[in-house]
Amino acid sequence: MNEQERNERYNAYIEAKMPKTKPWPTLFHAFWTGGLICCLGELIKDLFLYFFPYMSTLDATNWSLIILIILASFLTGIGVYDRIGAYAGAGSIVPITGFSNSIASPALEFKREGLVFGLMAKMFIIAGPVIVSGTVASIIVGLIYLFI
Amino acid sequence: MLNRLGEQTIVFTNKPRVLGSCSIVGPKEGKGNFGKYFHKVLGDDLFGEDSYEKAESKMMQFAITEAIQDAKITKNDIDILFAGDLMNQITSSSFAARTLQVPYIGLFGACSTMAESLIMGSVYVDGGFAKYVACATGSHFSSAEKQFRYPLELGTQRPPSSQWTVTGTGCSILGCGESPISIVSATIGKVVDWAVNDVNNMGAAMAPAAMSTLKAHLDDTGKKPEDYDLILTGDLGKLGSEILMDLMEYNGYKIGNNYSDCGQMMFTSTQKTFMGGSGCGCGASILNSYVYDRLRTGELKNVLFIATGALMSTVSSQQGNSIPGIAHAVEFCYGGKKDV
Repeated sequence: MNEQERNERYNAYIEAKMPKTKPWPTLFHAFWTGGLICCLGELIKDLFLYFFPYMSTLDATNWSLIILIILASFLTGIGVYDRIGAYAGAGSIVPITGFSNSIASPALEFKREGLVFGLMAKMFIIAGPVIVSGTVASIIVGLIYLFI
Repeated sequence: MLNRLGEQTIVFTNKPRVLGSCSIVGPKEGKGNFGKYFHKVLGDDLFGEDSYEKAESKMMQFAITEAIQDAKITKNDIDILFAGDLMNQITSSSFAARTLQVPYIGLFGACSTMAESLIMGSVYVDGGFAKYVACATGSHFSSAEKQFRYPLELGTQRPPSSQWTVTGTGCSILGCGESPISIVSATIGKVVDWAVNDVNNMGAAMAPAAMSTLKAHLDDTGKKPEDYDLILTGDLGKLGSEILMDLMEYNGYKIGNNYSDCGQMMFTSTQKTFMGGSGCGCGASILNSYVYDRLRTGELKNVLFIATGALMSTVSSQQGNSIPGIAHAVEFCYGGKKDV
């Protein structure tokens, strides 16, 4: 048996032996937590519209996003959001709260390396790729939209 | 005369003794299965410092100082300190050595450093180049997460094959003197890479290295697995140790009843560490507490300690390199008449 063959066999053996993530419980956790965060966003928006009747829906949505972002950063700071994330997985990563957490957590982690090269430079190590791919995608969509 | 057996094993004719030891762990490890055996359990894993890296270095310093006291010698008696850790450029060890002001050789063997430092120390003592040496290593969960994985507060899920880096440090003092624990032989491992790429499955990456070293040790010394009261691997974890048993069986050796893994045993099942503990401190803290305690009383008489390490960096794995593993074995014996 040559080396490559042995490595392939070993990796196949590991793949079979490795414990797998259970899809159904994981999906259920993600679904209800993610749904709850979205409902919370809707609730905040509706409350704004209720208390400020002359506010536009777009403004109310923006306020809702701002409050969710602040809330998630606060929960990250007091060490709660990572526990929610460990339970909910994508359910708490995909909503805007996850984005907030992905910026606040490196900022906390790297603040010891200084304000500029620690906090500011490392703040986007997780969120950076999301921003880059979002920007690139919007350029592509924009170009397509321009020509059709 | 060469003090060698077979291809990879060295034999210590003067049998260096383990004169003292110390283990210090973080709060989570203190709540684990071995909590009551460790010399010190920290209530706060920052250990009064303002960063986890500083805490890791302070733990190393604490373990070395306490082990020296345990050996009933003074700091000035230490001829050489062999130490290493997981941080870039092994700063935790070097910064501890800076404070301690003892002659220092820094080592890197990833999580195999406990065995590596014991081998180096034994060689120096056995060869008459040192009377007393300190061998130390440690790791810290929070500093390792920062260097190798994600920020602590990031809300991610750990995959079920992952392991939890142990916050812990262990130090052994070797030398000439009276002690029931002697080091008989050691097997120096080769770097083994079976093309495992998954950084969340270190056990699988390191198991072939453990198999290679264990097999070399048995072949070189002519011993059988059942000749040992305990064969103990460092941090293969639950999955890795099962793979090692399978690989050994495939090679015609049956290990089972007398085989354990520090990573697998470190935490309780409710501590959510999945495959168990990992890191330099995993094997180091259990060896320097529980295992030595049992060797001192003679409850264990022959112990083979195999520390395993994954020799990767974040850069190497991001560039698509597979994870090379290494394992070194150290054979401990209760008693033994001949003194250094």
